[in-house]
Amino acid sequence: MAETATHTADHSTEHGHETSTGLTNNKLAMWLFLGSECLLFGGLISTYMLYRGRVSSGPHPSRIFDIPFTSVSSFVLLMSSLTMVLAVSSAQRGDDRRTNLWLTVTALLGATFIGGQVYEFTTFIREGLGFSTSLFGSSFYTLTGFHGVHVSVGVIMLLSTMGIIRKGKITGNKAEVVELIGLYWHFVDIVWIIIFTLVYLIPS
Amino acid sequence: MAIIERPGTETTPAVVTPQQTLGAVKRPVETKGWREWLFTVDHKKIGIMYGVVAMAFFIVGGVEALLIRLQLAAPNGHILSADKYNQMFTMHATTMIFLFAMPMAGAFANYFLPLQIGARDVAFPRINALSLWLLVVGGIVLNASWFLGGAADGGWFMYAPNSGPVFSPSHGVDFWVLGLQVAGIASLLGSINLIVTVLNMRAPGMSLMKMPVFTWMILVVQFLLVFSLPVITVALVLLMLQRSYGATFFDVSQGADPLLWQHLFWIFGHPEVYVLILPSFGIISEVLPTFSRKPLFGYPFVVFSGASIGLVGFGVWAHHMFASGLGPVSVAVFSIATMAIAIPTGVKIFNWLLTMWGGKLWYTTAMKFAIGLVILFTIGGLSGVTHSVAPSDTQQTDTYYIVAHFHYVLFGGMVFGLFSGFYYWWPKVFGKMLNEKLGSWNFWLMVIGMNMTFGPMHILGLQGQPRRMYIWTKARGGEGLFNFGFWNMVASIGSFILAIGVLFFLINVVKTARSGKTAPLDPWDARTLEWLTTSPPKPHNFDRIPVVHHLDEFFHRKYEEDSAANTMRKIADGEELVRAEEAAADANIHLPAPSYWPIVLATGVGILGLGIIYGVPIMVVGFAVVLFASFGWVLEPSVAEDIDFAPASNDGNTKEIAPLG
Repeated sequence: MAETATHTADHSTEHGHETSTGLTNNKLAMWLFLGSECLLFGGLISTYMLYRGRVSSGPHPSRIFDIPFTSVSSFVLLMSSLTMVLAVSSAQRGDDRRTNLWLTVTALLGATFIGGQVYEFTTFIREGLGFSTSLFGSSFYTLTGFHGVHVSVGVIMLLSTMGIIRKGKITGNKAEVVELIGLYWHFVDIVWIIIFTLVYLIPS
Repeated sequence: MAIIERPGTETTPAVVTPQQTLGAVKRPVETKGWREWLFTVDHKKIGIMYGVVAMAFFIVGGVEALLIRLQLAAPNGHILSADKYNQMFTMHATTMIFLFAMPMAGAFANYFLPLQIGARDVAFPRINALSLWLLVVGGIVLNASWFLGGAADGGWFMYAPNSGPVFSPSHGVDFWVLGLQVAGIASLLGSINLIVTVLNMRAPGMSLMKMPVFTWMILVVQFLLVFSLPVITVALVLLMLQRSYGATFFDVSQGADPLLWQHLFWIFGHPEVYVLILPSFGIISEVLPTFSRKPLFGYPFVVFSGASIGLVGFGVWAHHMFASGLGPVSVAVFSIATMAIAIPTGVKIFNWLLTMWGGKLWYTTAMKFAIGLVILFTIGGLSGVTHSVAPSDTQQTDTYYIVAHFHYVLFGGMVFGLFSGFYYWWPKVFGKMLNEKLGSWNFWLMVIGMNMTFGPMHILGLQGQPRRMYIWTKARGGEGLFNFGFWNMVASIGSFILAIGVLFFLINVVKTARSGKTAPLDPWDARTLEWLTTSPPKPHNFDRIPVVHHLDEFFHRKYEEDSAANTMRKIADGEELVRAEEAAADANIHLPAPSYWPIVLATGVGILGLGIIYGVPIMVVGFAVVLFASFGWVLEPSVAEDIDFAPASNDGNTKEIAPLG
């Protein structure tokens, strides 16, 4: 909710107000929100690290992880950060056509990643790792699921912003809205780098 | 409320043309009646509503406390069953902490923070309204459990695995988890909002070190919340997933670690206790100088000790877990860190004492409560230091000694600070003075009641009365006059004296509303910017955004240094200053317009939460409402467009200073 709220709530940028810090209210709020999110993922990652070796029943992580597959989907997600940067830079130049194009590509890449995650989850469940199977199962699905939800919310925000820009109904500074979604998007990507390293690459 | 203010005119709200949003819903335009309150985004109205909600829950939590004391007053109490007793103390603590203390501090913060920094509203007025309504929804969800199969019964820290599905099969814990989750979102949004407000919207000239101490303490608290709430969110999510969806996080038979919950909870829970106390520290740091007629002694020390309490507060959580077998290294580290917190706290106490030293003390009710805080909090702080010593703590864990300690710091500290704030700021908010005579009754009954209730608990605890004991037998009562039974009776009588003290406050409020005398603009000869406007303040707060040159700006506008006599000479009074501001009022002030979406969105979140307990169809409805409200929100400009870019008036007096979202 905070993410849908913060990026449009402030009206100030259109007026060219000076704030005490020089940062706009929206951007400061987004940074604070992301700071808070660090602790959220910190808690989830700690829980996973505590429980990753605790497999009372069901498959062990090393048996089910398909690292080449996940590497490809991770690459897709990281590339979406690049397209996001292109979208922000187009928005700052006031190029609506390119902004829309890059937002679409970013959303598609994000959706591809989510598709990969859905495929991965169904494969794991077929191989016997249910949500309740073991502590590893519960903490794995919770951590990666939370990240997946964040990506999905990002995709929804990207698509909504595109629709709103196209209809000319945006209520704030267009470039700033895109930039704020970009901040969120990069944050979610960075979190994935950490998750990918800790969950998949470091053997438990 | 959207208004256009011009010099010399009274505050007549301009009619706002309804505006289409999502093609279907029009903006609310009411300026009167209940709708005005329900859809308002004015930080002052939201602040008052926070206060009303918090006070209502204070009464609920207080009644729960009285029932607990009735049960324990005499041997073989039969007021409550064991099960109901567990629910009672759990909900007493949960209600007092999450639904009274935090919202009441939120009430003060919401109302006075923009006024103290010379702003016209908070940074995100609609998010502010959303925080309030989410809190209300969270409170309702929490308390609905009483009527839907029993409340949560695991204590306020709800240790897992005890709170898991095996040991707590009723829905009580589910309601508790969801209620807190919703209230947590409210606090998180509120804290981001207030931090941005303080950092970004200060009046020209107000550097961080010219901010009032109350604003500083609220800022520290919001940082604590931003970084501690996500951790409790994780804990609550894990517990919810285990209870509702079969996850195994706290299932010891699967090899789960029973300390996981404790760590996650206290990483949030310990910063939380500073979240509770620091606003009151801020309030009395305003009250003591005003009624000592001296500037606060060592302003930077008070500020930095507050900030360092907040910082170190993140590194001491495991002192709640000394009895859990953490190992000697952890225990030593957390023990020493905990003792270290006494240093900045002590610095504050001495600053307050030195503020009063040599001052012309004016014993108003606000001042009495502030002095009460200094004394009672110090007592609680000292028993706190005894807990930081791990071997001593091992003896005290889970006894009434702990109960005594945290009631001294929370009731004697936090609540007294809040009451001090009521008496100090009442004339500002409502334009009327609370009755000082009733206030005196209020204060003394609360002091006597509080010491009678919680003082004996030190003795009871050291005699070994366990914290959650629901009944005691006559044989347990012991022999002699000053025995176990005697002190329990004293505590119970004390709790009713305390309740009568609070009742005097409520009587005072009603009496003041009916027939209180109108307050002068500056009844206390106050020091900070919130007094540089009418009482109650106009919707736009300040006629002219003040330019700040001093710490205690308002005081320095009233007084001038007389270096010959080495004293301060009065050069203006509050009335004159406010009149001067009115004469030079800004034109074309635009304020954010009211909105339906905060309350709709909050309701949606509540429904979504209930869906987790009552099944997917309800969840789908909740999700639909949330989605609808989010899009409505995003597509609605926060300032109604027809009054947005009001044309500059001819006198060139147009200023846009406070950026509003």
